[in-house]
Amino acid sequence: MNKNIFFRLDWFSILIFLLLVSFGIASIYSTTFSEINVSIFNWSTPAGKQFLIFIFCLLMLPLILLVNSNIFEHLSNLFYALSILSLLGLFIFGQKINGALSWYLIGGFSFQPSEFAKITTAILVSKSLSSIQIDLNKISDLIKIILIIGIPVILIFIQPDAGSGIVFFGLLFVLLREGLDIRVLYLGLLLVFLFFLALLFNPIGLSIALFLIFLLTYRLIVRTYPNTNKSPFILVFAISTLFIFSVDFIFNSVFEQRHRDRFNIVLGLENDSKGVGYNINQSKIAIGSGGFSGKGFLNGTQTKGGFVPEQHSDYIFSTIGEEWGFLGSCALIILYTILILRVIYRAEKQIHPFPRIFSYSFASMLFVHFFINIGMTLGLVPTVGIPLPFISYGGTNLLAFSIMLFIYLNLDSNRLN
Amino acid sequence: MIHKIILLVFTIGSSLLFISQLILLQLINSDYSERSKNNAIQERPIYPPRGLIYDRNNKLIVANKPVYDLMVVPENIIAFDTIALTSNLNISKKDLLSRIKNAEKFSKKLSSVLVRQLPMNEVAILQEKMWKFPGFYFQKKSTRDYIIPIAPNVLGYTSETNQREIKTKPNYDLGEMIGRQGIEKTYENLLRGKKGKKLFQKDRFNRIIGPYEGGANDQTPVAAENLNLTIDATLQAYGEALMINKRGAIVAIEPRTGEILSLVSAPNYNPNLLTGRDRSEYFKKLLYDTISRPLFDRSLQAEYSPGSPFKTLNALIGLQENIINPETRFSCNEGHYYAKGAFMKCHCKKGTSNDLIRGIYNSCNTYFAKTFKSFIDSKSSPSISIDLWKKHLEKFGLGNYLGYDLPIGKKGFIPDSDYYDRWYPDKNWGSTTIISNSIGQGEILTTPIQMANFTAAIANRGFFRKPHFKKTNSKSFRDTLYPKNMTLIDKKHFETVIEGMYQVVEKGTARIARIKGIEVCGKTGTVENFIRLNNEKTQLTDHSIFVGFAPKEDPKIAIAVFIENGYWGARWAAPIGSLMIEKYLKGEVKRQWLETRMINGSLIAEYQKPFSGKPFVINE
Repeated sequence: MNKNIFFRLDWFSILIFLLLVSFGIASIYSTTFSEINVSIFNWSTPAGKQFLIFIFCLLMLPLILLVNSNIFEHLSNLFYALSILSLLGLFIFGQKINGALSWYLIGGFSFQPSEFAKITTAILVSKSLSSIQIDLNKISDLIKIILIIGIPVILIFIQPDAGSGIVFFGLLFVLLREGLDIRVLYLGLLLVFLFFLALLFNPIGLSIALFLIFLLTYRLIVRTYPNTNKSPFILVFAISTLFIFSVDFIFNSVFEQRHRDRFNIVLGLENDSKGVGYNINQSKIAIGSGGFSGKGFLNGTQTKGGFVPEQHSDYIFSTIGEEWGFLGSCALIILYTILILRVIYRAEKQIHPFPRIFSYSFASMLFVHFFINIGMTLGLVPTVGIPLPFISYGGTNLLAFSIMLFIYLNLDSNRLN
Repeated sequence: MIHKIILLVFTIGSSLLFISQLILLQLINSDYSERSKNNAIQERPIYPPRGLIYDRNNKLIVANKPVYDLMVVPENIIAFDTIALTSNLNISKKDLLSRIKNAEKFSKKLSSVLVRQLPMNEVAILQEKMWKFPGFYFQKKSTRDYIIPIAPNVLGYTSETNQREIKTKPNYDLGEMIGRQGIEKTYENLLRGKKGKKLFQKDRFNRIIGPYEGGANDQTPVAAENLNLTIDATLQAYGEALMINKRGAIVAIEPRTGEILSLVSAPNYNPNLLTGRDRSEYFKKLLYDTISRPLFDRSLQAEYSPGSPFKTLNALIGLQENIINPETRFSCNEGHYYAKGAFMKCHCKKGTSNDLIRGIYNSCNTYFAKTFKSFIDSKSSPSISIDLWKKHLEKFGLGNYLGYDLPIGKKGFIPDSDYYDRWYPDKNWGSTTIISNSIGQGEILTTPIQMANFTAAIANRGFFRKPHFKKTNSKSFRDTLYPKNMTLIDKKHFETVIEGMYQVVEKGTARIARIKGIEVCGKTGTVENFIRLNNEKTQLTDHSIFVGFAPKEDPKIAIAVFIENGYWGARWAAPIGSLMIEKYLKGEVKRQWLETRMINGSLIAEYQKPFSGKPFVINE
C-alpha cells in the first residue's frame, strides 16, 4: 500500500468532477452572456461567482483529504445537530427568496443550510447503519433511521422547499442496500405506479380493476401452489385502494393548482404551452433545436433570448442541449452515469461499513438530483426545482456536493487503513 | 445480491431513458428547431428604394420621398404633455389616448404604429421636441413622390399590402409597398427590386437584443430598376391642361414605334394625393364619384362609337376589295334612300357628286353607306362579307385587346355574322340592316387607344406596332419585342385615303386643325350617344371626335381625341388634337388664342344637364 495519499486517490472521479464543473461554468457563462460582460472572470456575473466557489472548493480538497477518516464518523452527531440547528435557525434569521425560507444572507453571500443537511444526514445515517446490531427489518431500528432522515426533511418541507426535501428520499437506496426488505421497493414502485394511474383514472373504477387483477393473480397462483396464503394479497390490495383514494383526495383537495399542473403536464392531461407548461415547452424547444451537434457555444438562440426560466440554475441542461446538441448532452449524461457507477463500484470495495454506506449515500443523492433535474428538463418528470450538482449555478450546492465528493475521496483512499 | 444492484439498475435505466428522449427530441423530431427559430429570431426585411420612373426624354416623373410613422412603445411612456403632441399631429387628445390604448392592448413591450405616414415637414417640427416624449419615436418609410404630377392613369399608384393580400402573395410582407395599378402594377417586379433581410435575436418578451449571429445570415437588398416611359412628360402635361373641365381622352402614339407619347384621361387627379396620410380619404372620394368617374380611364376603358373617323377604314376596305377606286363617284342629295322608305341624312348639298377624296374630306355619309352596301352585297351572302370586313378591321387592332403594358383595357366590339344571326334569328339581315356601321355608328365600339392605333396604322401605310409604355432603348430589341402587325390592305390604297385626310384639314371639316408648316392629316367625327335616364333612352349632346397624324409624309405622331358631349368634331376634338400635334412637333404653340380657348373652355354645364332634373336641349 502506497504511503502517499496522492497515489491512492480516485483520480478518475476527480477528473470527471473537474470536467463537469468546467462544463457547468461554461454553460452558466453562456446563459448569462451578454456582449457587455465578456470576461468569464468578472466576479459579479454568475459564471464568475461560480468560478470563485470552484476555486474555494479546490482549496478545500487538500484539507478534507488530509483529515483522519475517522473524524466524520466520530463527529457525526455534532454535524447532524449543527445542521438541524441551522435549519431551525432559518425560521428566525432566514431570508425569504422566491417564497421559501431557505436562505441565510451573510455578508453578501447567500447560503442554503439544507444542502449541508444532505451531508450531515448522510454521515449520521451511515454511522447508524454501520453499527453491528442494527437490523432494518426490526421496526424500532427502522424507525430510528426514519427519524434521522425525517427530521431534516420535515424542516425543509415547511420552508417550503419540497425539491430539496425529496432528495433525502434517495437514502431509500442506501437502506435497501443495507438490508431493508426488497418488498418495500416493490411496494414503493407499485404505489408510484398507482399514484399516476389514480391521476389518470377514476378511483372507484381503478379499485374495481385492481380487485379483479388481484383476484385473478391469486387464483392463478393457487392453482400451482395450493397452500398460498391469501392475507398478503388482501393487505396489498387494501393498501393500494386506500392509497388510490387518498391520492385522489390529496391531489384534488390538498394540492394547490400549481402542483396539480406540474403532474398534469407530464401526463399530457394539460397542454398549455403559454401558461404553466411554458417552462417545459421552452426547455424542450431549446434542447430539440440543438439537433445532433448543437448550435455552438454562446450561439444558443433560445438561451440568449432567455426563453427558458432559471436557465443558469435548474434548467442548465437545456442550454447544454441547445448549444452542444445530442453529442454534448449524451456526453454529459454518460459522464454523470459513470461518476455514479464509479462511486457505487468503489463503495462496494470498502471493507468497513461506514465508508461504504456514506459513499453509497453520496451516489444515491447524486442520482436523485440527476434523475429529477434532467428528467424535468426533458419533460419526463414533473417540475421539481432542484439543481444539477457540479453543473448548475448555485454556490451552496456546488460546495456541498464537492465536500461530499471529497469525503468520499478521503474514505476511498483510506479504505485499506 | 439484488440489494447491491438496485441503484446501479436505476442509474443505467435513467441514462438510457434520457438518451432515448434526446434522440426523440434532437434527432427525430425536427419540429423543435423551426419553433426555436420562430420564437428566438426575428427577420426584418430591408426594402430597396422603389425604382424611379422617367419620361422618354429622361425627365424624372416619379421619385421616392421619406415619410414617417410615429411609433409608440407603451411600456416606455411616462406622463407627457398631450397637447404639445396632439397639436403637432393634428389629432384630438381623445383620439391619441384611444390609439395608445389600442397599442397597449397589442403589446406593452413592442412598438405599434400610432400615426401613419407623416410628411417630412410635420416631422421636422416635432423631431426636436421628441426628447419630451419617451416611448414615442419616428420610423422612416418610403413613399412615392410625383415630381411631375401627371398621368395618374398611366402610372397607377402604390399602397401598403393588407392582411388578406399577403395570404396569396407569400413573398410580400404586411404593409410592404405594392404597385396597385398602371405602370406600378405592370412593372412591379422591376420597380420593386429584391428585398434583403436582417436577422435579429429576440428575447422572451419579443424584444430585439442584437443581431443574430453577428449578421452572418443577413441578405443585402438588390436595387430596383429605373424605368423610362414612352410618355413625353411635356406633351402629357399639355394634354391634361387642355382637358381641364372636359371629359374624354387623348391618345398620342409615335406611329413608327408604337410608343405612346401621351395618354390623357379626363377628369383625372393629382397622383400626389394618393400618397401619404390622407391617401384613403382621397381614394374614397375618387372612387365614389360615380358621375365624372376620375378613376375610370377613358382612354383605355371607354368604348365609344368611332363615328366618322371610321369611314377611313371603310374606304380602305372598299379600295382593297375592289368595290371602289379613287375615281368612283356617288351622288348625294342631302342624304339618300338606302332602302325603301329608309333615308340616311347627310350634310352634302342636293346634287352633290363626290369622288373618294371629296367623300372623305366632306365626310359624306352617302358615299360610305353606298360603298359599304355594295361591299356587303358583293359576296354571295352578307355573312361572308361581314366576316371579311371584320377580318380587315381586326388587322387594325379593333375588336380585341391591344396587349399594351397596362393592366386595364377593353376589347371594343366589331360585329360578325354570328352576332347578327343571333340578333336576327331568321337570318333576314342584310346590307341595309347594318348600314350604320358604314359611318362608324351602329354596333361598332372602339376605345380611344384603338382609334389612335388605327390612325397610326394608316399613317404607317399599312402596319402598326403594339402600343406600349415602357421605352426600350435598343432599336433592334424594340423591333423584335413589338413586331410590325401588317394590315391586309395594299400600300397604294393608303395614299388615297391619306390624301383625303390631308384635304380634311386643308379644306374639309377640320380646317381648324391646320398648322403652319406642318402637313396634318385628320378626320373629325360627331357621334350620337344615349344614356338611360329615369329608365328612358335619352339622347345627349354628340361626342366630339378627331383622329389625325402629322407630318403627312413622315408621321411622327398619330393622335385620337375624344371629347364627351362636345358636339361636332371640329368644335373641341380637332383643335385639341391639332394643338397637341403642334406642341409635340414644334415644342411650342403659336396659336395662343386657340390654346386659351381650349384650356379655358368648359363642358361642365353640358355634363350637368341630365342631372339637373329639368328638361334640356342637346347640341346647342
